[in-house]
Amino acid sequence: MRQSEAVLSGAAAEGRPKSRRKPRLRSSDKELSLLALPAAIYIFVFSYLTMFGVIIAFKNYRYDKGIWGSEWVGLANFEFFFLTEKAYIVTRNTVLYNVWFFIVTTLCALLVAVLLNEISRKWSKYYQTVMFLPTFVSWVVIMYLAEIFLHHDYGFINQVLQAFGAERVRWYLEPANWPAILTVAHLWKSIGFSALVYYAGIVAIDPSYYEAARIDGATRFQMVRKITIPMLAPLITILLIMNIGSMFRGDFGLHFFVSGNSPLLYNSVDIIDTFVYRALSVSGDTSMAAAVGLYQSLVGFVLVVAANYVVRKINEENSLW
Amino acid sequence: MNESALKGGRVSNAIFHLFFVLLSIGILAPFLLIVSVSLTDEKALAEFGYSFIPSRFSLVAYDFILQSPAALLRAYGNTIFITVIGTVLSLLLTSMVAYVVSRRDYRLRVPLTVYIFFTMLFSGGLVPFYILMTQYLHLKDSLWAIILPGMLSPFYVLIMKGFMGKIPHELIESTKVDGASERRIFFQMILPLSTPALATLGLFIAFNYWNEWFNALLFIDNDKLVPLQLLLVRIMNTLDFLRNNSEYIQSLGLDMSQLPNESMRMALVILVAGPMMFIFPFFQKYFVQGMTVGSLKG
Repeated sequence: MRQSEAVLSGAAAEGRPKSRRKPRLRSSDKELSLLALPAAIYIFVFSYLTMFGVIIAFKNYRYDKGIWGSEWVGLANFEFFFLTEKAYIVTRNTVLYNVWFFIVTTLCALLVAVLLNEISRKWSKYYQTVMFLPTFVSWVVIMYLAEIFLHHDYGFINQVLQAFGAERVRWYLEPANWPAILTVAHLWKSIGFSALVYYAGIVAIDPSYYEAARIDGATRFQMVRKITIPMLAPLITILLIMNIGSMFRGDFGLHFFVSGNSPLLYNSVDIIDTFVYRALSVSGDTSMAAAVGLYQSLVGFVLVVAANYVVRKINEENSLW
Repeated sequence: MNESALKGGRVSNAIFHLFFVLLSIGILAPFLLIVSVSLTDEKALAEFGYSFIPSRFSLVAYDFILQSPAALLRAYGNTIFITVIGTVLSLLLTSMVAYVVSRRDYRLRVPLTVYIFFTMLFSGGLVPFYILMTQYLHLKDSLWAIILPGMLSPFYVLIMKGFMGKIPHELIESTKVDGASERRIFFQMILPLSTPALATLGLFIAFNYWNEWFNALLFIDNDKLVPLQLLLVRIMNTLDFLRNNSEYIQSLGLDMSQLPNESMRMALVILVAGPMMFIFPFFQKYFVQGMTVGSLKG
């Protein structure tokens, strides 16, 4: 439904008088369609078919009966989820971690990018290479890296704590520390890439602005504040919209592996994605997992459309569409 | 231009460099620590814990793994297979559809674009995907279960389309006048012209396949089909299981203390992640170029 509307409005927006002629396909159009066909089929199977699959959320799904054969249960799966306090906890965690990660990463990446621009190209390349390394490491490997610091008996942090006469901490049993640990892990992995995005944005700024500012006697700090940051604002806005759209989607690997999937930590590290995964693969509650997944997708969809609408109202240039 | 922009002088430069040196140390530390642990004698670990310099140097962990490398080699084979086949197919699929969308004179351009990019906004979620893969496509315990899901990303189509859209239309027109079919234009002209974009995107895609664990976690049970990342997950789980079930081990008559447990796990991580860690930094500059190829607005 939505889709056909979008197609119509999109075609209307094109609004060329030519298109009023009957849009008969020329032979080149047919040939091009043939080129696009494999991808179109792929997208149909892997994206659109799974969209239809959301009806599982309204059924009591049984593998032996299939999607059509399973009985309808209305909103029971949603009730089941929302009546537990789990719904509140995972939603809160997902949103708070996302907001927090966005703030921390943006600030740190901006700082790093601005400083990178202040040192010579040669050195900035070396530092960038180092910062980029964690980008190439999977969360599974990071699970081991984290353990090396946090292991109760052998872990590096506990070694240091003990050397200073402090008590060892059972990291994997204490939920209170985990927001901080996940923040460090997330920042460690993403700083290189994020800083590069902003650095590319800074390099693209017309140098004549800086020259003019220098002639007026601006200091480095003033140039950063009055030129660099405002010029990066559109980029930051776009990343913000994309982030708002995925506010209900967390990084499964970060929350699942880095915490060692320890049940004692669920309250402070669990997000919607890990919850759905466990509901599906451990407790086997397929329909409830589907209901939670649908809730996640719907809210995400509304958020991204709303965010884009608001941005377009303020400044059309910065919106995604 | 950068050098001339410098105004603050040497003191602030030194401070900046100090900042970056500290940052670099912070980023490298976990890698150094894991290398050190893998090279430390197991008993020394129990005595002194993990530290940056091996308290007692030992290669036993590597010895132990390389004595029976079958599982590791098979995991390497699986991962290489997934990465190569996945990347090639994915590039082909992506570039074909991106080219069509980039053609301004294609009559179905708008509906096709909406059809592709709507999937970025809404998805059915994990459960319908899981059921589709297992119940309808019957891909459980197949390497295709890892290759297929990541094959086409709308975001990559967007990047590719941006690149192909810059190829002058006159070029395509003139080839057409010469009587070439669209398919021929694409394979013999557009694809070769797009090599830089293909290389960049291919790198991203290959990297994703190499590090893929999620679909493996969901769909692979068969020991023979385990890729590298899943191997690491399994090792972690197995050792947790053994540690938490000491009675079970005693019933098996295994002596856990003989196993270079901790150092072996870390050595395995290095054997799994190490090669890529060395290779990828060399491609870093292409990643940086790729960022500008597919640059966001502005």
